[in-house]
Amino acid sequence: MSRPALTVERALWWGPGLALLLILVFAPLLFTDFYLSQVLTKALWLGIAAASLIFLAAYVGMVSLGQVALYGVAGFTMANLVAAEGGAETAWNPWAATLMGILAAVAVGLFFGAIASRSYGIYFLMITLAIAVLTYYFFAQVTELSGFGGVNSVARPGIVSNPVSDPQNLFYIALLASAAVYVFVRYLARTPFGLALQGVRDDPSRMRALGYNVPLLRMFAFGLGALIASFAGILSVWWNTRISPGSIDLARTIDVLVIAVIGGLYRLEGAWVGAVVFVALENWTRGVDLVGQRFNTVIGVIFLAIVLLSPGGLMGIWQSITDFFGRQLSRKPPARPSPGPADEARPASDSPQPS
Amino acid sequence: MSGQAATAAEPAWRSRVASIPAGALVLRAAVAFVLLFVAAWVAYKAYGDPRTFVIVGLNGLTLAGLYFVVASGFTLIFGLMRVVNMAHGSLYMLAGFFALELQTTLTGGETTSAFGSSEAGLGDWIIPLVVASLAIGLIGLVMQQLFLRWNQGQELRQALITIAIGIIIADQTLAHFGGIAESLAPPDVFPESVDLPFSDLVYPFFRIFVLLVAIAIGLSLWAMIQRTRFGMIVRAGVDDRQMVSALGINIQLVFASAFFLGAVLAGVGGVLGGTMISVDKANDTQYLLISLIVVIIGGMGSLAGAAIGALALGLVDSFGDVYLPQGYTNYSILLIFGLLVLVLAIRPLGLFGRPA
Repeated sequence: MSRPALTVERALWWGPGLALLLILVFAPLLFTDFYLSQVLTKALWLGIAAASLIFLAAYVGMVSLGQVALYGVAGFTMANLVAAEGGAETAWNPWAATLMGILAAVAVGLFFGAIASRSYGIYFLMITLAIAVLTYYFFAQVTELSGFGGVNSVARPGIVSNPVSDPQNLFYIALLASAAVYVFVRYLARTPFGLALQGVRDDPSRMRALGYNVPLLRMFAFGLGALIASFAGILSVWWNTRISPGSIDLARTIDVLVIAVIGGLYRLEGAWVGAVVFVALENWTRGVDLVGQRFNTVIGVIFLAIVLLSPGGLMGIWQSITDFFGRQLSRKPPARPSPGPADEARPASDSPQPS
Repeated sequence: MSGQAATAAEPAWRSRVASIPAGALVLRAAVAFVLLFVAAWVAYKAYGDPRTFVIVGLNGLTLAGLYFVVASGFTLIFGLMRVVNMAHGSLYMLAGFFALELQTTLTGGETTSAFGSSEAGLGDWIIPLVVASLAIGLIGLVMQQLFLRWNQGQELRQALITIAIGIIIADQTLAHFGGIAESLAPPDVFPESVDLPFSDLVYPFFRIFVLLVAIAIGLSLWAMIQRTRFGMIVRAGVDDRQMVSALGINIQLVFASAFFLGAVLAGVGGVLGGTMISVDKANDTQYLLISLIVVIIGGMGSLAGAAIGALALGLVDSFGDVYLPQGYTNYSILLIFGLLVLVLAIRPLGLFGRPA
């Protein structure tokens, strides 16, 4: 198939994206250190966590609530291996500990995947949620690894400077990690493995009939989701300089789900869009005495509104806008109503065929 | 999956075993081995200290009673409507705090004493129980009518809606009631403790009472589902919603009643749990997890499954804290995780689960 030419729709879709990327690359020049660290860097790592959820939801059809638990596994493993207060207090090289954290998260992710991969839809959601909360209780109870106080003053690799006084480095690392995750998932979706995953999403029984081992594919997909989530876990520990069970509790699990849904559960870009909106709201409600500073109520109401009014999230709204203006500007006949999930809706309007 | 076993039409167990793939057989053998090991360990510990065994066993049973009351509402809603009510834990917590507030108002704030010296009369406990449970039922009803009714069949969306509502309820509960851990006073007409027969042991009466209430609720739910016209419609609705409404039955009314009832059960659980253990700001997470695990183990939508699941969870919870070797007791959460893994390894739909 040939690449479609540059249409108005494509320009409308990618233009703002490129502009945002440029803004991000030059962000340290444009924003104060406070915004750079407290809003943008935080949004980047929360975005990666949400991206792992969206990857599983959009490409494999598994809406998982276990991603925060998995990033916790990565974060706690790393924090326990390097020099820190609380926890196991070994003193590994921070990079080696980081690698171990990622490996641990992937191993645990594969194990969780093996447990949950035979369940579908709402059952899968419930099982991953149960596993996530159990992981939270595990770290809350086991004082050797964390306990309620968590692990504090976690040592970072030298290149990661102090996230408060000198936030540039961590910002660029988070930006690079986000870009890597984005490119990796987009690339993966075109590989035979990625196509098989999308086949599993669309029709598991047919894929089984074609000879694919569906539970195994789903398990590996979950492991990949854990890999992505582990980046977020490592970054969150560097950013916070600590990790505690409170960093992976039910509220945090729901936060990441909220981010994914606000951004758009079936668009990978939505992860970071949702994260920026979420973090901005979080900072804004802290200063405003709107509802007695009940941030969770604000987030709950917004979440409810998005789910009820626009299940495609902000990316879904943006999609409708670009489609609308694209049609207006290029004066083409309206695109056919496109079937299938939201992530397949876009190509249909790229090359409208007059019937 | 159990599909392989189902293909064998003849009832002989021999052919059923033969039809199970070798891998699954190994898995089942491993599970059986684990269960035997656990049973042997418990028996060994029980032989060494029978008094602890009795007390811990009763703790487990009474805990299971509480878990069953909470989870039965969750599974009732799920079984009929395929709605995973993620706000169930928040409703439980709200019920506890609301009842506590009512009781404090009724008694003039003299009941803060925990177990033992109860200052609350029978009415000071019954009225909060009834009012809080009905209020929670109404909240559930409003939730279903306003948000869930027009999204029927969209399981994920409904789950997300209940999550959002759960966040709001939990946050507002903490905003209004503070969130300090406290317990409701049991009515003073109840004896504080009972003597256990055949021994010199005493046991808190209220915990036994919770177990009895749970059994009564379980039996009434069973009778309602098996013996009444409403239950008949519910059972038919679980199997084929569209056919039921095609027969001229107002299925929306049945859905609304079932959601009300399910939420009331969360409320009753909240008051019972708030008296038996305490009202706490972590209750929402805790009881959402408990409801999830009970129905995942038992099979979603099955009342018998909820009973078995609650029993398994209550006993593992209670024995795990005591019977693990010294120095490992804070790993007891892994036992619950292990229970989940064991069940899901053999039956992905839970012990009594059926495919939708």
